[in-house]
Amino acid sequence: MEITLKEITKIFQAKDKSETVAVNKLDITIPSGKLIGLLGPSGCGKSTTLYMIAGLLTPNEGRIYFGDEDVTDMAPEDRGIGLVFQNYALYPHMTVRQNIMFPLENIKVPKQEALQRAQEMADLVGIGELMNRKPKQLSGGQQQRVAIARALVKKPRVLLLDEPLSNLDARLRLATREEIKRIQRETGITTIFVTHDQEEAMSISDEIVLMDLGVKQQVGEPQDVYDDPYNLFVAKFLGTPPINMIPGEIKNNQVFVKGAKIGGKVAKNQDVVVGIRPEGFNIDPKGSLELEVYMVETIGRDTTLIIKNFEDEEKSYRVIVDARHRIQPGDKVKFNIDEDKFYVFNQETGERL
Amino acid sequence: MLEKQSNLKALFYLAPAMVLLSVFTFYPLFNAFFLAFLKDYEFLLRSARGFTILGNFKNVITDPDFGIAMKNTSIITFISVPISVIVALLISVALNSVKKLQGAFQTIFFLPYVTNAIAIGMAFAFIFHADYGLLNTILGWFGINPINWVGLNASWSNAMFALLVYTVWGGLAFKIMVFLSGLQSIDKQYYDAARVDATPRRRVLTRITIPLLSPMIFYITVTSFIGAFKAYRTIIGMFGETLRPPGTLSKDSLITIVGLVYDALAHADATGKMSEAAAASIILFSITMIFTLIQMQISKRRVHF
Repeated sequence: MEITLKEITKIFQAKDKSETVAVNKLDITIPSGKLIGLLGPSGCGKSTTLYMIAGLLTPNEGRIYFGDEDVTDMAPEDRGIGLVFQNYALYPHMTVRQNIMFPLENIKVPKQEALQRAQEMADLVGIGELMNRKPKQLSGGQQQRVAIARALVKKPRVLLLDEPLSNLDARLRLATREEIKRIQRETGITTIFVTHDQEEAMSISDEIVLMDLGVKQQVGEPQDVYDDPYNLFVAKFLGTPPINMIPGEIKNNQVFVKGAKIGGKVAKNQDVVVGIRPEGFNIDPKGSLELEVYMVETIGRDTTLIIKNFEDEEKSYRVIVDARHRIQPGDKVKFNIDEDKFYVFNQETGERL
Repeated sequence: MLEKQSNLKALFYLAPAMVLLSVFTFYPLFNAFFLAFLKDYEFLLRSARGFTILGNFKNVITDPDFGIAMKNTSIITFISVPISVIVALLISVALNSVKKLQGAFQTIFFLPYVTNAIAIGMAFAFIFHADYGLLNTILGWFGINPINWVGLNASWSNAMFALLVYTVWGGLAFKIMVFLSGLQSIDKQYYDAARVDATPRRRVLTRITIPLLSPMIFYITVTSFIGAFKAYRTIIGMFGETLRPPGTLSKDSLITIVGLVYDALAHADATGKMSEAAAASIILFSITMIFTLIQMQISKRRVHF
């Protein structure tokens, strides 16, 4: 089921009549049968967007389409969605089986069939043996699966997940995100999930939608968005450790950082912000950019060099290098920069040049 | 060492409460048990002729008023409590879904709680007045002749009906308050989830709201039963010290078991009356306790904490 949002705007009005624009003229098309991550910092409008797709919130302006069908004014129960809430919202007084069967009872599925479908769903998400437990007797990860089974049991057209991993500990989070990917693949259901964690979104999404302040920033496959950010926000939001933002300038179609030429860029002469990915630095005795290493973080696979910020003592830059280079704090290292690992941004607008 | 010290401290802090409770609660409690087994106790002389195991209880049970009191107490309890719990639940659910003026409605429903029971009793006595009462006026609009609810020579059943209405109404305020606070603490996401799953309103109430509210419902039911077994204030508020409509015989009295206790106490100077009062209160205590134990057994299966 392809989902289209056309110029969606959602304004919340507080008691004192002050207005907050949570989502601003959002245009997205979500391809059928894919896993889509709605990504952004908290307060960016991603959950609001999800709840508008679910129908629990109504947009002030714009239309929402499921396929060709305009569902904007449709009640949530008529949209054919499955929704997994951030804290799962499992009914605490019902067993796992009763929880999963609950949506089926409402649409008057015969008891035998309902039991069978509940069991199939429970098996799909891997909690088939826990049917007689109460939610309190389950771990966070198991509760999450029950919630997914309950959302899927009535065979919805779309599966929506609100921050599905945020209530899980780090290890469970890794396992659960694989699990979500697997369930999505096996069912082929169009799935949208909301997260503020860029790693989570990039790791399992077929496409990510990056939002900030209620405005869509960029949509695309995770690698494409990472490699080709449209603006400063997108470049900063994706990647761990984050991209290094360094003041620089363009002179005669050459990019200079700290007086060193790091590459070419066809643009008029101006002061710019240069973003360099931590992995874009190559140690090279003939390199143009010389930096003094302040600290070294070893994790075994590779090594992170911490470089003191030229402008602001509080912040530091991070450079990832091969672990074979045994570098000590205080060393002066020369680098050249990968052509496709640095981006040049307009100082005022943050737009990429 | 440290533990000992903190125990001492705890005792010290608890002392004022313990002293007061001992004097005004524990001592009278044990004394009542003691008195119930004294033979021919003279309250004024503080003397008795030994002990009797069942003598005082026999006197209470063979008193013709005891049967009447048991009947009245049971009727008040088993009719007013279920009705008031259900009505309070429905009003709370309705109030909780009201968006505008919710505060104003809550205040209105809570007013009875902060109003004096005797004053409300008098107001109700007037509502049920045969000639000028609000109820008969309204019934008159539908062509129903005035009914003698609580006036001279009013029948027992009419008087009991009026009393039940008053009891139910008087008990609503506190129940609504407890239910409302319970309802407001239920996570809204349960309702969102129910909405997405196309749950009809009635099923939301019976399958989600009531089970999630069951601890409150249980608490209210148990305390209401205990309160109803002790009914007395309501009757005196409506009918005065005679505990029955004027002109009626004592067989038509609305006396309750607590009324029986007070009746006996009023004649405490007569031989053995004090012991009868103690025995009657122990009977009431036993009934209440057995009933509460039964409810606790039921709650194990029905209440979801």
